Amino acid sequence: MIFGLPVISVAIWLPIIFGVLVLATGDDENAPLARVIALVGSVLGFLVTIPLYTGFVRDTSKMQFVELRNWIPHFNIHYHLGVDGISVLLILLTAFFTPIVVLAGWQVIEKRVAQYMAAFLIMSGIMIGVFAALDAILFYVFWEAMLIPMFIIIGVWGGPNRVYAAVKFFLYTLLGSLLMLIALIYLYNLSNGSFSILDFHQVAIPINAQILIFIAFFFAFAVKVPMFPVHTWLPDAHVEAPTGGSVILAAIMLKVGAYGFLRFSMPIAPDASHYLSGVMIALSLIAVVYIGLVALAQADMKKLVAYSSISHMGFVTLGFFIFNAYGMEGALLQMLSHGFVAGALFLCIGVLYDRMHSRRIADYGGVANTMPVFAAFFMLFAMANSGLPGTSAFVGEFLVILGAVKANFWFAFAAATTLIFGAAYTLWMYKRVIFGAVANQHVAELTDMNLRETAIFLILAIIVLGMGLYPLPFSEIMHVSVNDLLVHVARSKLP
Amino acid sequence: MDLMTNLMPVAAEIFLLVMACMILIADLLFRQNNKRATYILVQLTLVGCSLITVGTHENGVVHAFHNMIVDDLMSDVLKLLTYLAVSMMLVYSRQYLLVRGLFTGEFMVLALFALLGMMVMISASHFLTLYLGLELLSLSLYAMVALQRDSAVATEAAMKYFILGALASGLLLYGMSMLYGATGSLELATVAQAIQSGTANKSLVVFGLVFVVSGLAFKLGAVPFHMWVPDVYHGAPTAMTMLIGSAPKLAAFAFVARILVEGLQPLVQHWSGMLAILAIASMAIGNLTAIAQTNLKRMLAYSTISHMGFLLLGLLSGGTEGYGASMFYAVIYVLMSLGAFGMIMLLSREGFEADTLNDFKGLNQRSPWLAFLMLLLMFSMAGVPPTVGFYAKFSVLNAVVQAGHVWLAVTAVMFSLIGAFYYLRIVKLMYFDAPETHAPINVDQDAATLISINGLAVLLLGLMPGTLMSVCAVSVQQSLLLH
Repeated sequence: MIFGLPVISVAIWLPIIFGVLVLATGDDENAPLARVIALVGSVLGFLVTIPLYTGFVRDTSKMQFVELRNWIPHFNIHYHLGVDGISVLLILLTAFFTPIVVLAGWQVIEKRVAQYMAAFLIMSGIMIGVFAALDAILFYVFWEAMLIPMFIIIGVWGGPNRVYAAVKFFLYTLLGSLLMLIALIYLYNLSNGSFSILDFHQVAIPINAQILIFIAFFFAFAVKVPMFPVHTWLPDAHVEAPTGGSVILAAIMLKVGAYGFLRFSMPIAPDASHYLSGVMIALSLIAVVYIGLVALAQADMKKLVAYSSISHMGFVTLGFFIFNAYGMEGALLQMLSHGFVAGALFLCIGVLYDRMHSRRIADYGGVANTMPVFAAFFMLFAMANSGLPGTSAFVGEFLVILGAVKANFWFAFAAATTLIFGAAYTLWMYKRVIFGAVANQHVAELTDMNLRETAIFLILAIIVLGMGLYPLPFSEIMHVSVNDLLVHVARSKLP
Repeated sequence: MDLMTNLMPVAAEIFLLVMACMILIADLLFRQNNKRATYILVQLTLVGCSLITVGTHENGVVHAFHNMIVDDLMSDVLKLLTYLAVSMMLVYSRQYLLVRGLFTGEFMVLALFALLGMMVMISASHFLTLYLGLELLSLSLYAMVALQRDSAVATEAAMKYFILGALASGLLLYGMSMLYGATGSLELATVAQAIQSGTANKSLVVFGLVFVVSGLAFKLGAVPFHMWVPDVYHGAPTAMTMLIGSAPKLAAFAFVARILVEGLQPLVQHWSGMLAILAIASMAIGNLTAIAQTNLKRMLAYSTISHMGFLLLGLLSGGTEGYGASMFYAVIYVLMSLGAFGMIMLLSREGFEADTLNDFKGLNQRSPWLAFLMLLLMFSMAGVPPTVGFYAKFSVLNAVVQAGHVWLAVTAVMFSLIGAFYYLRIVKLMYFDAPETHAPINVDQDAATLISINGLAVLLLGLMPGTLMSVCAVSVQQSLLLH
């Protein structure tokens, strides 16, 4: 409770209300005011989620901070919210990135500032809603509502090819979600008129139906993750989105898909999950290896990090579908870490892009000479992206590989190649951009980061290192939930 | 039965008829160019109708005039919504028509007569009254489309509308005559009984059904009987398009539900198959063809066709769920279409119709608020939550799945995915493109307020859709299935 109000509802609606307030400031004449309100709203939005962490009871997998109200009685739909060990950290991650995105767009965004800030605040609330919803239709509403602000963000503030990217992003993800909607309605009829996700977890389903449901969910979630072969929207969307959009896409939106697998696919259709786990593992490994190689060939920095994201998310889905505690806990840690690291990398590229208006690696060279502080931070995040021990990425990747060894040595072998490819493409990019002689006049004129940018990176660097050196605060909170989920998934749900 | 019990169920209709005739005369006496007095009188008439409808409401189902007329919860709810839609149409179109010199007394009186036709359709329980209502509505609409005499496009549209409409009426009448021949009655309940008991000639009845369904499909604008829709929507002045595309859909829902569900329920196996084909074809042709349009009114015409396909899906699934979902869909569709056409009229000015897609370019830079409202309307038509359009699609899909047609539901969502593309294109034009003109938007205060309410209603009903859903479900339950 915050001031007598339920925590999760406040976390969802506070940013949305602030978003509407920001919109109300109107024209760009009031841009400074819009920025301040947005910053206050996003910081408050993060602060109100802290009780979720401090008040979280660690030794149960039951839903906590539950809110349950009638919403649409005709269909027995409820306003049903709650968190468990799997979702609580993702909510914090979401709320954490909103002020960062607001700060990152502070000076760069000059046209329609209020709309830009408002879109991110509203989206923050919606994404928290996705992670906290325990009613399938409530989840679906948040899930789809996410598309609208993101569509606008990419389309209005994006790069040259932004319209194509925005439409592709929207239609791709809508395709997946519509099939999921049918699956949800089918489950509603199967569970005697309940839309509660927790009821879905218990209902017995024949294997054929389970497989179809799994496939419907797969389309929805795999597109968002994104898994090979439905990943092609991501490089376009990432490249064309403004920096803030890329950060939110990489840090949060991809996690939404992975979260869906844990909340829906696996517990609702456990038999199908086992039955199709071979396919899922194969797709994950293709993403890890093949997309890793694709990343190596990129000439555009944002595209490179985008492909690297797909490759890292392949790790996450691999961790889920080997069905052991190491794999799943590792995958969840990898999700968090990838949020921080990929978010930070996109911010780094944003810093360069704001100054040079180019994302091409070939346009850079010798940046270390003109921007030493930036080069140091970029170095840290590049190392983290390649999974260096001591950074957050190492913990998750190591656990997933450990889990994979238990499942099958060759899975682990293929997955471990990412450590090589990841280092290769990230560090090679880093070398070409940062080291060497100053490449051209533009690079020579670069100025180093200002206080605002340094502050953002400092916070992210502390977290990346902190999580790498002492991951316990992150892993202990999810431990019980992960174990219980694995127990649940191991039980057959055939009638 | 004494006269009063017969008259009470049609009190609103009588009031409207009297007022329409009086307004026709009174309008000649008002010497005002802007027709303010007539306009206010018309709006007051609509308020009066609502009060009478609410006042004469009785629980249960009341029949009057030897089962020619029925008064039940569904008819009352639909009538109230129809008044609202017509009243909104008048507010939206006043400025638009004034500028074009079309805001005449005749226009308003014709609108009232069209409304009277809709009311008769909504509460008819006899083939004759149904037909009477339909013709009254249609004739008023034909005349309204032709009201802009010096426009070749409008006259052509009126001609097409009239000829195809007459053909459809002919089909409908032919079908009704066969049903009459087979069952010996024009009363819906008796027809149903005769078919149920097996005394009617089965092949004659089914043959009649084919014609009736074709006639209904014509009136709804379902594929393959949709040819008139794009031409009429495009050619008619936008105010008339708005009238055609809004309130009559509510009447059409009642019309189809009364005939098929009340009158021809025993033939459900036959007509649900026909409706399935009509629905899939409508969603396919409507959505695919809409992509190729450059004129917004034409695009909305094709979008209407696909929406009617969705509405038919609800009807063919049957049961309280199905019919309730269909009714909900019709209500929501009317709300969205009023908003969309209202926006076109709001953006148009003297000598300029804002009806091509390019006219919406960069609207966000000209007026962020109007662009936002249009965004809500477009996402609602596409069925994206949290707008109310999603719940309309959701309740229909739920009914379809419950009836066991999962594949039909999958087909429907695939076509609505295609549909999302062209709604999205409007949003793209408004937000991502630069405006072609910086002409100031001359804002009619009433219409601007109304469109704000209309657009926000799409969002707020999306956040709280429960009440309206329950109202639709209850009224269908108390009305259609009692028989």
